[in-house]
Amino acid sequence: MLDQADGYVTADGRQIGPVVMEMQNITLRFGGVEAIKDISFDIREGEVRAIIGPNGAGKSSMLNVISGFYVPQEGQVLYKGAPRPSMKPFEVARQGIARTFQNIALFEGMSVLDNVMTGRLTHMKTGMFSQALWKGRAEAEETENREVAEKIIDFLEIQAIRKTPVARLPYGLKKRVELARALAAEPNLLLLDEPMAGMNVEEKEDMSRFILSMNDEFGTTIALIEHDMGVVMDLSDRVVVMDYGKKIGDGTPDEVRNNQDVIDAYLGVSHD
Amino acid sequence: MSKTSDGANGLVSVPALLYRNASEFGNAPAYREKEFGIWQSWTWSQTCEEVEALALGLLDLGVAEGDFIAVIGRNRPYLYWSMMAAQMVGAVPVPLYQDAAAEEMAYTLSHCGARFVIAGDQEQVDKVMEVQAELSDFEAMIYLDPRGLRKYDHSALTQYSAVQAAGRDKRSALEPEMKSRIAKLDYDSTCVMLYTSGTTGKPKGVVLSNRNVIETSKSSSEFDGLRQSDSILAYLPMAWVGDFIFSVGQALWTGFCTNCPESAETMHTDLREIGPTYYFAPPRVFETQLTNVMIRMEDASPFKKRLFDYFMGVARRVGPAILDGESVSASDRLLYNIGELMVYGPLKNTLGFSRVRVGYTAGEAIGPEIFDFYRSLGINLKQLYGQTEATVFITAQPDGQVRSDTVGVQCPGVELRIADNGEVFYRSPGVFVEYYKNADSTADTKDAEGWVATGDAGFIEESSGHLRIIDRAKDVGKMASGSMFAPKYVENKLKFFPNILEAVVFGNERDECTAFINIDLNAVGNWAERNNIAYASYQELAGHPEVVATIQSHVEEVNASVAQDEMLSDCQVHRFVVLHKQLDADDGELTRTQKVRRRIIEDKFSDIIDALYNGSTDVSTTTEVTYEDGRKGAISATLDIRSAAVRPVAQKMAAE
Repeated sequence: MLDQADGYVTADGRQIGPVVMEMQNITLRFGGVEAIKDISFDIREGEVRAIIGPNGAGKSSMLNVISGFYVPQEGQVLYKGAPRPSMKPFEVARQGIARTFQNIALFEGMSVLDNVMTGRLTHMKTGMFSQALWKGRAEAEETENREVAEKIIDFLEIQAIRKTPVARLPYGLKKRVELARALAAEPNLLLLDEPMAGMNVEEKEDMSRFILSMNDEFGTTIALIEHDMGVVMDLSDRVVVMDYGKKIGDGTPDEVRNNQDVIDAYLGVSHD
Repeated sequence: MSKTSDGANGLVSVPALLYRNASEFGNAPAYREKEFGIWQSWTWSQTCEEVEALALGLLDLGVAEGDFIAVIGRNRPYLYWSMMAAQMVGAVPVPLYQDAAAEEMAYTLSHCGARFVIAGDQEQVDKVMEVQAELSDFEAMIYLDPRGLRKYDHSALTQYSAVQAAGRDKRSALEPEMKSRIAKLDYDSTCVMLYTSGTTGKPKGVVLSNRNVIETSKSSSEFDGLRQSDSILAYLPMAWVGDFIFSVGQALWTGFCTNCPESAETMHTDLREIGPTYYFAPPRVFETQLTNVMIRMEDASPFKKRLFDYFMGVARRVGPAILDGESVSASDRLLYNIGELMVYGPLKNTLGFSRVRVGYTAGEAIGPEIFDFYRSLGINLKQLYGQTEATVFITAQPDGQVRSDTVGVQCPGVELRIADNGEVFYRSPGVFVEYYKNADSTADTKDAEGWVATGDAGFIEESSGHLRIIDRAKDVGKMASGSMFAPKYVENKLKFFPNILEAVVFGNERDECTAFINIDLNAVGNWAERNNIAYASYQELAGHPEVVATIQSHVEEVNASVAQDEMLSDCQVHRFVVLHKQLDADDGELTRTQKVRRRIIEDKFSDIIDALYNGSTDVSTTTEVTYEDGRKGAISATLDIRSAAVRPVAQKMAAE
């Protein structure tokens, strides 16, 4: 049912667009270990796509393949219809892909605002020299980018910590700052690596609300990895389920929930 | 005085004042709000245009004269304009507490029969939608912040800016109707309806006329010499009468600038950036700020700490006298000036009080140390006494006559009377019109001659003419021995200790007094940190033996001080518990303005009260709690019951 070229309509009535990224028969090996075995799926414009699976299922490896950090030994990744060559991280960023990390990777000594501003880097055209002098074009450019950064700070409700160094923030807020930085890049595709890991119920609810509003407000396409099933089922439009490097399910949350292989993977199989 | 019938200088309504400001101070800032990291500002003429556009948009939506329009959200210029726009089309604005739960909102919305709701954001929209099935008069909602609302059904939901845009488009068609409705407004038209927080029973809708609001704004502005160039920070709930008078009434009367913080969390930063000249805060805010200063000074370098301690000593000795304009020796004055340079100035700047000319606190008694601390820094902090039914002002302290234990002399135009049972009555131009749809309560509170019962017991000090409030009249009771029981008096003494956030004293018709105590997590938590005491939760900290021992010493100190008072010496606390949970408005234990609801607490914790009186040494209890998102849970605990030493009443003669 998801084969139509021009997307589908979600349960809550959003129009999902054409395929943005397509994985074709991806296999990834580390020496003798096959982390991903022959997986294919796609990500469509405007959807929230989740990749779930038990520990060690290969979720993070999959995200790294999507982000271009790992190059699979077999299969290919199509981005906007074109096969993607091996790329440096900054080239990936220029393509409009932003991500957050499972273990937060922020500049600890810098303020929240400065961290969010680094997300604007790909949108700045003036050089280091003119930025240091802060004259003419560089000044105007900073103002424009600051405005975008401030809109995101407002959106994620982190105004109160705008000037606080990141090192002083609690974990849940750092996660939110990382999201702000990724969002500041105005990405076409946003990759979230376990956005809810280590959070309490309230923080998870906040984060879910932000992810949904982001998708709603900016139309950002989101691919996320998560092992909290409840959260994923509420958030996503379509879910890929992985187990031991293999794809064992793909579809809407309801389809996945009723898939016997998925139930077995999560709850175990009885051997009687 | 002669103007009361035709209004102050012919200005008989909020729209009339707005038009005057737009023409007289057109280019002066009227409202500011911090958004996207910078202060966005609107002049009086821009404000006027914004309000008109919204008013026209409301006409377009079909708002009729006499309709009630509820306004719910944090302090934002747009919501203040919403109230003014409602008045322009002859409707009555009803600001509601933004942190109220959906059921509480359902009550007020259906009581006034609001046809329209203007909501700040998704959270408020959700709450109204949750209860809208119960609201027979409700028709449509307008929202300000579109985040998260894109997917909502928009058949009865419109964005604020869209309403304004429609108003601007249809200006020529709708303007005559708006003008004619404004022309119909007079001094007796309803200006606003405010729901009282309701320490007992359901909230009551207090109807205030233009006369109430404008007369009060005028006389109180004159009392404190407020000027057009003043500025205030609007951060207290919009549903509270004080905020309406400061940010709408007085702001319109004098034309000063109202500043709205970026969010509740950034309030202190925003306060510092704005540096208001006129400032209001409940005692709790001053307490928290002082606690924070003291905590930070504990961590300062020894040199800074000594400097601070020395100059604060100087300030305590001579600061209040300098502020009151009394004579002070030249050497003290010099020391104070050096202190201003080294300590007070920078401290006031950090707190955001550098420019405060008039500061008020009210609502609860303020601890004398806290009050003196701010005054000794040179901040003109004063007390006032008021209530919604009086359009705030009943008494206030004039400059130069400020003390922590009185609430001042009657405001211009206010008459005071003390009844035989000690209850305070007043009559003024600010006296409310009525409680909406509640003639019985109106008659109970206000008599035919316009005297209003405050419900507070107090007396007028002979020497100074200042009013002193003892307690809520209905809370003042008799102990079994027949002596007077005034719980608030003791509670306030307890709360003056930074470690104690809240206290509830029991003892009416009993032999002895007992108390519930809530620790202040900030102050006690900091103490625990410095003393390497580990704790995982509020409950664990509150139950820590050393914490309980500290609280016990505070209780005993209070007992010693209560014993000095001849009338109230029987109110000493014999036994107490440190509660395992913080009393909370979400659980109904406090009002939204953070006042203790005694009856509800007595019911809810009756098992603990029984234990306090039956001689047990501990009590196991389970309490239901409501989380911020409305879900319920339960916490259980075993609480220690402590006995505190009391002074025999006879001993008070011996004690100094």
